Amino acid sequence: MKIGVVTFPGSLDDRDAQRAVRLAGGEPVALWHGDEDLRGVEAVILPGGFSYGDYLRCGAIARFAPVMQSIIDRAGQGLPVLGICNGFQILCESHLLPGALTRNVHLHFRNRDQLLRVENASTEWTGAFEPDAEIVVPVKNGEGCFVAAPGELDRLEGEGRVVVRYAGGNPNGSVRDIAGICNERGNVVGLMPHPEHAVETLTGPSTDGLGFFTSVLTAAVS
Amino acid sequence: MIDSVERAEGTPEQPQPYHELGLKPEEYQRIRDILGRRPTSSELAMYSVMWSEHCSYKSSKVHLRQFSELPHSDALLVGMGENAGVVDIGSGYAVTFKIESHNHPSYVEPYQGAATGIGGIVRDILTMGARPVAVMDPLRFGPADAPDTQRVLPGVVAGIGGYGNCLGLPNIGGEVVFDDGYLGNPLVNALCVGVMRHQDIRLAKASGPGNLVVLFGARTGGDGIGGVSVLASETFAAGGPARRPSVQVGDPFTEKVLIECCLEIFAADLVVGIQDLGGAGLSCATTELSSAGSGGMHVVLDRVPLRDQTLAPEEILMSESQERMCAVVRPSDVDGFMEICARWDVTATVIGEVNDSGRLTIDWRAERIVDVAPRTVAHDGPVYQRPRARPSDLDNLLADDPGRLPRPSTPEELRSLLLRMIASPNLCDKTWVTEQYDRYVQGNTVLAQPEDAGVLRIDEHTGLGVAVATDGNGRFTRLDPYAGAQLALAEAYRNVATTGARPLAVTNCLNFGSPEDPAVMWQFAEAVRGLADGCRTLGLPVTGGNVSFYNQTGAAAINPTPVIGVLGVIADVGRRTPMALGSVPDEVVLLLGETRPDFGGSEWAWSEHHHLGGRPPTVDLERERALAGILIAASEQGLLSAAHDLSDGGLAQVLVECCLRGDVGAHVELTGDPFEALFAESAGRVLVALPRERVPRLADICRAHAVPVTQIGAVQFDPVLTVAGQFDVPLAELRAAFTGTLPALFGTPQHRE
Repeated sequence: MKIGVVTFPGSLDDRDAQRAVRLAGGEPVALWHGDEDLRGVEAVILPGGFSYGDYLRCGAIARFAPVMQSIIDRAGQGLPVLGICNGFQILCESHLLPGALTRNVHLHFRNRDQLLRVENASTEWTGAFEPDAEIVVPVKNGEGCFVAAPGELDRLEGEGRVVVRYAGGNPNGSVRDIAGICNERGNVVGLMPHPEHAVETLTGPSTDGLGFFTSVLTAAVS
Repeated sequence: MIDSVERAEGTPEQPQPYHELGLKPEEYQRIRDILGRRPTSSELAMYSVMWSEHCSYKSSKVHLRQFSELPHSDALLVGMGENAGVVDIGSGYAVTFKIESHNHPSYVEPYQGAATGIGGIVRDILTMGARPVAVMDPLRFGPADAPDTQRVLPGVVAGIGGYGNCLGLPNIGGEVVFDDGYLGNPLVNALCVGVMRHQDIRLAKASGPGNLVVLFGARTGGDGIGGVSVLASETFAAGGPARRPSVQVGDPFTEKVLIECCLEIFAADLVVGIQDLGGAGLSCATTELSSAGSGGMHVVLDRVPLRDQTLAPEEILMSESQERMCAVVRPSDVDGFMEICARWDVTATVIGEVNDSGRLTIDWRAERIVDVAPRTVAHDGPVYQRPRARPSDLDNLLADDPGRLPRPSTPEELRSLLLRMIASPNLCDKTWVTEQYDRYVQGNTVLAQPEDAGVLRIDEHTGLGVAVATDGNGRFTRLDPYAGAQLALAEAYRNVATTGARPLAVTNCLNFGSPEDPAVMWQFAEAVRGLADGCRTLGLPVTGGNVSFYNQTGAAAINPTPVIGVLGVIADVGRRTPMALGSVPDEVVLLLGETRPDFGGSEWAWSEHHHLGGRPPTVDLERERALAGILIAASEQGLLSAAHDLSDGGLAQVLVECCLRGDVGAHVELTGDPFEALFAESAGRVLVALPRERVPRLADICRAHAVPVTQIGAVQFDPVLTVAGQFDVPLAELRAAFTGTLPALFGTPQHRE
């Protein structure tokens, strides 16, 4: 299965996301921000980094990249899309997901190994996990504090769209410890933590992150 | 009016502000002799900045020669003199690494100073043709509770994170040290590591007459001009630009894009030579490129893309605007070059052409403003044999033995000392700093701080990797600069070997006070001699480095602080030795090396008694070599489950760190004086852990290398550190003491649980 990984100017974890796709058994395909062609991929990852230097607002410029127009169209038709960190910010700016990511409450960039609870194990990107599974995945962000209007938050909670929640301490002040959410259909998922950095015991705190990538491969097969 | 060559020839007596630009009268006269006329203001600007201490190494050169006189090393592919040295790590891979200082800018403007320090060293590595793969930051500040440290430290850390994180470079190690002398003189050193294939090595030279000179990256602005503003204000008395900030402002996004752009250009083989623009900006790049190549170059300065159209030519030549590179490109490759730049939205402009005239000529508004032999600017600067004198207070310092200091005399006192020591700013947990850095990006970080060395995977298929460590100890070097430099070298070397890697090469950042002070110059000369002798004994080449003088406030210089970086290679990172105890059952703990009552310059004397005196620990480099041999062999044979080098704070510190890292307790039995066993800082020691049944094999290796080994204890199930017959401390109590200090000093981020 071909999974596209978009490179924007300033993307950093693009090659890491490609490696994770490969280790999960998929075929990574590099997608370029300026190119509308999705090259026949069956899922897309928007990787972490600082697209366009985070100028204006994180993700605010990337959202207008030609490749995003194709991704927004196809996401509406069910294409699985995973946004990680800066990718999550781009998904919010694109209105594929509600809410916004703001400066961490303590105003510092923070990199740590983070305990997470998978609250929705039925999205395209989390099917491989047991419900309520606790996993360890790195977080590393300066603007990862998720906010949304109270009504929106209640709706997300009510519809089971909080996909992942911080456990054992909230690293950035996100409301209701939200670490990741999905759209109504469950094909678009935004995650602040970095599963692509938890795919090998040698370089990560765990291999728990692999589940996000195997999920979409399994979903595609079935 | 433009101060052209023609005008300079016609106005030989015109006074020039050479003094304001930092040139001595005899240096100014030498420039006049070289040119056979007075320099134009642009030429004067170029000479003044290229002949500055920072660019010309005029005070240090006569000493640094010892590094290039070290025996040949097969591992060295590119030696000193280029932007960074390059080392062969096998399988066709080459690694380049270098450390630099950004001390003064970081004091003036901590965030931008530290950020552009990262930016500069990364461009040096990139210039060699390598993909930058990691950074490390050895940092030194005034007392942790000093008000100015509250200003400098958070800014420096945020700047390193802000720039390095945005470049996508994992930060894998470094140091955070506090000492009175660094108040007003923080040391912000930055190391970068890059990787390439052998055939991809690039050099900074402009060869081939007819080839074009391309400036690419950020536009040139008025930042980092500093003293050269005086020239501009003289030349354009009315309506000229205002005085400029002397600290450069970085834009990591531009640099990230520049990195990717350069790597594509390298991959397409589109450059003949390349140089980054760092200190002295275009002046440095054009003179160094042309003097290393065909010898001549013509530049049309009007073509340089500007951020500020009011800049004078002298300022354009001097500007240290960040994120710029200068490449020499064959005319047939220019279209391809420009295409890649356009793809990455990088501004690129042909500003000149290589020739074999032997002259660097620069035109501005159709007038010739520079006409020099580039070598005279880049390489023929003054060289000083500065006077040296052993510091007059040194005998008193050496005689002031820490043996006179009161020591803990009961187990209870020893226990509370341990808790105070691990909570002291120099020994406490540095997570407050390091969690502001991304250590995961690129996905090849195998070990990062607080481990002994950062370990990176280079080849995903074979597991080939490198280990890098930096160390320095200003107190030891103050007491004995020759030994202090060797102790720093020994520690970095030991740290690399502790992970199982074989040390290959050395880089250094020599942070000292004013070279015009004979006592400082003596310290410098002794430290360089110690380092060169040390490298000779260890069989390691020095691949490059940096000298930072004038780290002093008034008459008080910092403790001389050579920071040494050592790079090693490990054939399979899968067998790296981490520091955490508790990963295997029935694990026992052994101490390699010998403990003596070494407290001169120790952390105990300093943090408990504010005492600096006596002699630093003895350094035995042959023994260090033997010790490294054991650590590497034990790693290759898969014997060790953990290892951690002993340095500041001694055995006590290492036991606490290894237990907390693995979240397990340990039970140890010490022979001799328990205070000396726990807190002495004798060199050449490493704590190792392994399953009990492997001990005989380790003992055989130690015997073969003639290094003493003592089994001192074992990992225990209870979460307690027990020193038999002395005290117990629960892990929770250790953790609270160890981790509480920096958040208490620099602010605890709030959590919303």
